[in-house]
Amino acid sequence: MIGPELSCSFLGMLLRNPLVLASGILGTSCSLLERVAREGAGAVTTKSCGPEPRTGHDNPVALAWEGGVINAIGLTNPGASEEVPLLREAKKRLARMGVPVFASIFAPTTEQFGETARVIAEAEPDLIEVNISCPNVASEFGTPFSASAESAAAVTRAVRRAVSLPISIKLAPNVPNIGQIARAVAEAGADAITAINTMPAMLIDARAGLPILKNRSGGLSGPALKPIALRCVYEIARSVSIPIIGTGGVSTGKDAAEMILAGASLVGVGSAVWQDGPAAFTRIGAELLAFMQETGYDTIGTMRGRAAR
Amino acid sequence: MNRDGLFEVYQVKSTRQENPRTHTLTFDAPLPSDPGQYVMAWLPGIGEKPFSISANDPLALTICDVGPVSQALCALQPGERLWVRGPLGKGFVLSGDTHILVGGGYGAAPLSLLAKQARASGHKVVVCLGAKTRTDLLMLEQFEAMGCKLLVATEDGSAGAQGLVSLPLLDALQENIPAEVYGCGPAGMLLAVHQLCSRALVPMQLSFEALIRCGVGLCGSCELSEETCQQLGIPFGFLVCHDGPVLTPGV
Repeated sequence: MIGPELSCSFLGMLLRNPLVLASGILGTSCSLLERVAREGAGAVTTKSCGPEPRTGHDNPVALAWEGGVINAIGLTNPGASEEVPLLREAKKRLARMGVPVFASIFAPTTEQFGETARVIAEAEPDLIEVNISCPNVASEFGTPFSASAESAAAVTRAVRRAVSLPISIKLAPNVPNIGQIARAVAEAGADAITAINTMPAMLIDARAGLPILKNRSGGLSGPALKPIALRCVYEIARSVSIPIIGTGGVSTGKDAAEMILAGASLVGVGSAVWQDGPAAFTRIGAELLAFMQETGYDTIGTMRGRAAR
Repeated sequence: MNRDGLFEVYQVKSTRQENPRTHTLTFDAPLPSDPGQYVMAWLPGIGEKPFSISANDPLALTICDVGPVSQALCALQPGERLWVRGPLGKGFVLSGDTHILVGGGYGAAPLSLLAKQARASGHKVVVCLGAKTRTDLLMLEQFEAMGCKLLVATEDGSAGAQGLVSLPLLDALQENIPAEVYGCGPAGMLLAVHQLCSRALVPMQLSFEALIRCGVGLCGSCELSEETCQQLGIPFGFLVCHDGPVLTPGV
């Protein structure tokens, strides 16, 4: 008998495994994307790129705490036109390993989402992930587009009109009805949904009497986020039929299995890199395979959404 | 300690001015750590920056005033508090029992902790220090008091040989091949150390500086350039904050 198989298809792509480097973690250069691919990721997502270069927030920008990580890096990026050659080179290098490159974008307005997507599309990434849910730039950009079905759908339409590449819309967890927002972006032309972004959160140092992050508020990720992500992915899977990149707090193979059981086609991994570096991908992949062996699942497809039926 | 990655609060016990721009702050408690590891130091309301550890029992940080955060740190007085998370990163590991330590400018700070550890084990330690000018040479007395052999170079010739620290390093290597060379300083100096040691077939550990932001290996801002990695013979994608700051070049 042949053992279980981690390789899986996603929007017509064949991935060697369902683990995707989540946006915002190490996706800042070709060499880091290549390193993550070498360490076993099935696909990689770049750090979000916007229409203009940004230096991001001042330190402290990230902290590990008992439940995971909290960060407010502040969308540091070189700007879309600088990002294009980087993406092209990354695509070329990772194609040799059979690892697709997903390009994450953000923008301050609906129109600029379309324009940024058009610029980035020149590099022909395998997918454009549309980050409408960064929790750390509200002071500059206002309420994230992920907050309502209407604004999320409007951005989706703008990007859909701008590019013919596959697009995935990245949703936020802090909404009352994520299934409704998922339906709206699916109807607006999204090919997939990435769920979820980090959860807005704050750490206060009691002795300092102040929030620790310079931005005061940040995005919570890591183990504390997992149950929130599972519930969101479950709700989305019951609301739409387009595939989901389930992201949030996955740090073991069993976590990845839970995400797939909730309805995810692919599984984002981000903060787990904090624990053991990019080698986390090799470990989580091996653990997922062992779990499938143990429980008798042959493929990712047979696991997908079982808990959401 | 500090397994949750959050801050411990230290109190300044004493301060010492090293030169017009540089102060060493000694704190009220130890921080178990390896030479070459670093901490993130946070002054609430002002900011947070990475600093190498110049002593660990008790903790001491040597800080050069180059910006708003380091300026505020240099102004700290005994009794005032500092929020510290760490130790972070990978430090030096003593190998063998004869060592050459090479420091450029502020690179002397973490090497003083390494020298102390080596001398406590009775090892032979040669320290090569380089700086722009005499007042930029740090911790000369400390290295001498530990019983290290000191070789100095300054770019303007105001102390020791005139030129870069590679001059005394070359002399030291010609006199005696050590078990290991340890370098800390600007990238150009480290690449020169790498060349000299490679030629002399001496194993080395080099500590690189970088723009460290998250300090936990997630944000990517401290990555060494592909060019540097290639010169050192290490795989691309090296994160100074997490994989380093100390690295062992390939052969």
